Amino acid sequence: MSKPVISVEGLGKRYRLSHEKPHDNLRDSLTHGVRGLMRRLTAPGANARDSEEFWALQDVSFDVAQGDVVGIIGRNGAGKSTLLKILSRITEPTRGRATIRGRVASLLEVGTGFHPELSGRENIYLNGAILGMARVEITRKFDEIVAFAEVERFLDTQVKHYSSGMYVRLAFAVAAHLEPEILILDEVLAVGDADFQRKCLHKMNDVTRRQGRTILFVSHQLASVQQLCNRVIILNRGAISHNTTTAAGIALYSKQQDKIEGAAKTIHYGRELTLLSLQFTSDPVQVFADLHFNFQMKANEGCRIHDLCFLIHNEQNQRVAVADFRQPAKSYELAAGQILSLNGTLRRIALLPGSYQVSFYVRTSLHGEDHQIIQSFEVIQDATAGLMAYPRWDLGTVAMDATFAATVAQGSA
Amino acid sequence: MEPNSPPEIILEAGRANRNYWHDLWRFRELLGFLAWRDIKVRYKQTTLGVLWALIQPAVTLAVFTFIFGKLAGMPSGNAPYPLLVLCGLLPWQLFSAAFSNASGSLVANTHLISKVYFPRLIVPLSSVAVALIDFAVVLVLLAVMCLWWQFTPDWRIIVLPLFIVLTLLTAIGTGLWLTALTVKYRDFRFVVPFLLQVGLFLSPVGFSSTNLPNWRFIYSLNPMVGAIDGFRWCLLRGEPALDPLNLAISIGMAALLLASGIWYFRRTERTFADLI
Repeated sequence: MSKPVISVEGLGKRYRLSHEKPHDNLRDSLTHGVRGLMRRLTAPGANARDSEEFWALQDVSFDVAQGDVVGIIGRNGAGKSTLLKILSRITEPTRGRATIRGRVASLLEVGTGFHPELSGRENIYLNGAILGMARVEITRKFDEIVAFAEVERFLDTQVKHYSSGMYVRLAFAVAAHLEPEILILDEVLAVGDADFQRKCLHKMNDVTRRQGRTILFVSHQLASVQQLCNRVIILNRGAISHNTTTAAGIALYSKQQDKIEGAAKTIHYGRELTLLSLQFTSDPVQVFADLHFNFQMKANEGCRIHDLCFLIHNEQNQRVAVADFRQPAKSYELAAGQILSLNGTLRRIALLPGSYQVSFYVRTSLHGEDHQIIQSFEVIQDATAGLMAYPRWDLGTVAMDATFAATVAQGSA
Repeated sequence: MEPNSPPEIILEAGRANRNYWHDLWRFRELLGFLAWRDIKVRYKQTTLGVLWALIQPAVTLAVFTFIFGKLAGMPSGNAPYPLLVLCGLLPWQLFSAAFSNASGSLVANTHLISKVYFPRLIVPLSSVAVALIDFAVVLVLLAVMCLWWQFTPDWRIIVLPLFIVLTLLTAIGTGLWLTALTVKYRDFRFVVPFLLQVGLFLSPVGFSSTNLPNWRFIYSLNPMVGAIDGFRWCLLRGEPALDPLNLAISIGMAALLLASGIWYFRRTERTFADLI
């Protein structure tokens, strides 16, 4: 077994949060310095610090083997970006060490260093150089990049005249043609139109599988993590909570999320209704499995609920389904203080793997209509035994549950 | 890349990167690209374009000739007064442009510093290139003026590149200090124009340094004094004569500024991404 490509031992990163104004000007810093000195002279034992320490990462250790594609997931502020910044050498750790064996390219943003006044052609060279490509390498791949970005006609137009779609495509195209041994990606696939994203993922996937490249990948889209990665690291408040296989990691992460969100949400619909809780108890759900849910709603005033629906949105923010909870020929009547509880099942989820946002659509006798995104769930799909999964972008828009009987016989004709 | 010998990088707190200078060499193309970007963008969407590089020195030249040559009646040796002034303006403009570009370079490239790794020295170094372009344009003005006054420089002109280098090193040394300080204290953005304004009058741009016979020694602590005297010596047929001791003082100061600038820059470089 060869040495791991990345070994991280006890890595920590501390930031100082200053409670007063940050010292970005000299006078502050001088007066602070003087005041601190005075305080230390007058009261030697006292703690003269006005700033609070904050560990963005603490005691993080893991190894990454060559060819691994590791997804790093965690809530906002869990330390994902800090970790990637340290491994990309943008900032240095406060404690611990990381050993990296191989050429690293990191992509923490799409189109870093693009200059609006320069043409597409010029930006390809500039951006390539910034990402660490040699001039000859860029020249060699130039036509491929241009074709990939589909901007041939605008190659000599200044980038500031590009549409945002073209801009992102060009930036992606350069990045997709990087060939380092270790690639670090931060959330970069979250922008751009869906079709082009797929093309990029596809290209990266392809390159990784074929050439045994190692990838570290931060994303909020569990579906793309599921698709690209073979391992998952879950970060929670700057520490690793799990380092495991993709399927296990995603299941664990969704559980964690649920606990956090189920507890914290109370949402008001007008003055009269408060949503106390909403839980998807079987999240994440396999494709074609049942998704169980329950919610409680409290009436602050007497009212009648005419409409009550889940609106389900996909990652592109398109509404893909509605679950209707109206009752035939009667409406929900609530007196002040009463609680409406609803237990139910969304049966045989025919949604593609991915993350879905759920909002409540509510219309009452007192208040107009209202809907707010309140909860999300994940649809996942284990690889069918013995079959290779088709890539996400080839799957269409809904999941299809097909049964079939096949016979093979000698043709009569 | 040979698969059996991948480069091994160790990231640790306070660990100086042993491969820094090697990395700097490896990223030399990026240095070129950034310089090229700045040059390309410099005169985009201006009607007069590169003429701007001429207008400023031409106006300063006229004003200084009038004030120091006509009003104050200072001597200019065997060369016409405007030539004397231009030979001072040339290195001064080069210094002032290179210094102010380098000083602002890190903050101007915040988006790169917080998103990509490369040896940060590349940023201030590449920003100096634009100043050289403007310098070349003013050199043409000098050539035209020499033709006009029928004044031909002698063999000493071949030493001129040395003084260009002295000017650049002075600008880089001071620029490294200021750009690294500006990352943490934005106050230094206001210090730069102030320093340049004062420096213009503390350097012998509008007059010859021979007008200060008693204070030459202390005066030479300003490295631009050596550079400007050197320019005049090269271009105006060895007049005024160069004093080796004063020149050595200027060169020594430039070297000190450069060495300390690199030292401070390298010391603070690791924290740039956190502070910027």
